[in-house]
Amino acid sequence: MLQKPATARILSLVALLVCWIVAAALTADPSVLPAPWALIDPFRQAVASGELPYHLGMTIWRVIWAFLLAMFVGVSLGFVMGRFPAVDRWLDPWLVVFLNLPALVLIVLCYLWIGLNETAAITAVVLNKIPNVTTVVREGARALDPDLSAMARVFRMKPWARARHIVLPQLAPFIAAAARSGIAVIWKIVLVVEFLGRSNGVGFQIHLYFQQFDVTMVLVYSLSFIMVMLGVEWLLLQPVERRVWQWRTA
Amino acid sequence: MIRVDVRRKAFGATEILSNIDFTMEAGETLAILGPSGIGKSTLLRLITGTDTAFAGAIDRPKNMAMVFQEPVLMPWRSALQNIMLVHPEISSETARAVLQRVGIAEKAGLFPRQLSLGQQRRLALARAFAGRPELLVMDEPFVSLDAATAEEMLTLTEELIAETRPATILVTHSQAEADRLASRVLRLAGKPATIAGEGGQAGQ
Repeated sequence: MLQKPATARILSLVALLVCWIVAAALTADPSVLPAPWALIDPFRQAVASGELPYHLGMTIWRVIWAFLLAMFVGVSLGFVMGRFPAVDRWLDPWLVVFLNLPALVLIVLCYLWIGLNETAAITAVVLNKIPNVTTVVREGARALDPDLSAMARVFRMKPWARARHIVLPQLAPFIAAAARSGIAVIWKIVLVVEFLGRSNGVGFQIHLYFQQFDVTMVLVYSLSFIMVMLGVEWLLLQPVERRVWQWRTA
Repeated sequence: MIRVDVRRKAFGATEILSNIDFTMEAGETLAILGPSGIGKSTLLRLITGTDTAFAGAIDRPKNMAMVFQEPVLMPWRSALQNIMLVHPEISSETARAVLQRVGIAEKAGLFPRQLSLGQQRRLALARAFAGRPELLVMDEPFVSLDAATAEEMLTLTEELIAETRPATILVTHSQAEADRLASRVLRLAGKPATIAGEGGQAGQ
């Protein structure tokens, strides 16, 4: 029974919760680390007042935009760099520079250069994420099966059919890996971006409660968002992956 | 008519093929014989147009098909889709009829990995013949098969060629295969490889 993925998943979360309860009991100071149940009432009030849904919605909206843009640019760039060594030679140093630029620096520069607005916020997140997506997808584009490409060419498959049925299925594991790590990184950067220069969103609320030393509300907001992301992972990403991988396990 | 005139093909400074010049009539089956590593596969890539970096000229029909050493199927698409995606012009009834012809009609909905290796090869043959090609190119299609399977595939290929009548180029290092399928044999030899001999019925 312990081998069942769902059971193991729930038990592992319960174990985490137990650690938290023990830590809270040892601290014995709710202003430093409140027990899990102490969050329930503040959470209810934040939902009832509409505050939490509003800020959560703003953050999710930014995450979706940043994710879509970063994936689109990163996948295109990675594919081109993987297929054309000449382009790769020229763009690779840029990639290394952007990969090693701290997220904070990019965020601050975007706010300074573009202004304290939505464009700067999304741009900062997208620029932070593109290099990772590009690197992963480039690996996939380099490893495309030459036999399948030769087959497609001999049989004169149309470019669109080739992209959809030959190339995309081979890139899919790489795109999935990039998306998976992408969503995890992006929402964290979105929070920093909101923390530093937005007037709404989960990051902004955490900034607010940080200044008031309100650990409870910081936890309420972060946990709400983690729950949303777990929901995305279990209800969206994993079912989609299972469908795409059907041919491997059938 | 198919005309192949490869004056020179080199990788870097190494010349692989030189002065390979032959023509083929529609419906003719030609075997190209030669030891492994001589450049037979390179020649095939030139003939099918997947490699265009060479000196010379090749006239080929547009409607080509190829059978590779490996099945080279799309593992993420069903057997039926493997035929229909490559030949969007044929109906699903025709595609099913071709699967029926090679004896795997009941496997239409399965993914290639769910098929045995023999069935995958049948699917590759079905894909090659489904578009009624004017030129069929086969690159050692029976290598790496056990004797019984090779014989089965050879018989099936013989029948399909007789039914569809494409011009066929069979690359092989097996004299027996050449004898069975081809009406004419070209022998490649030398370094760089060139046509060292040509026979009517193989073995003459």
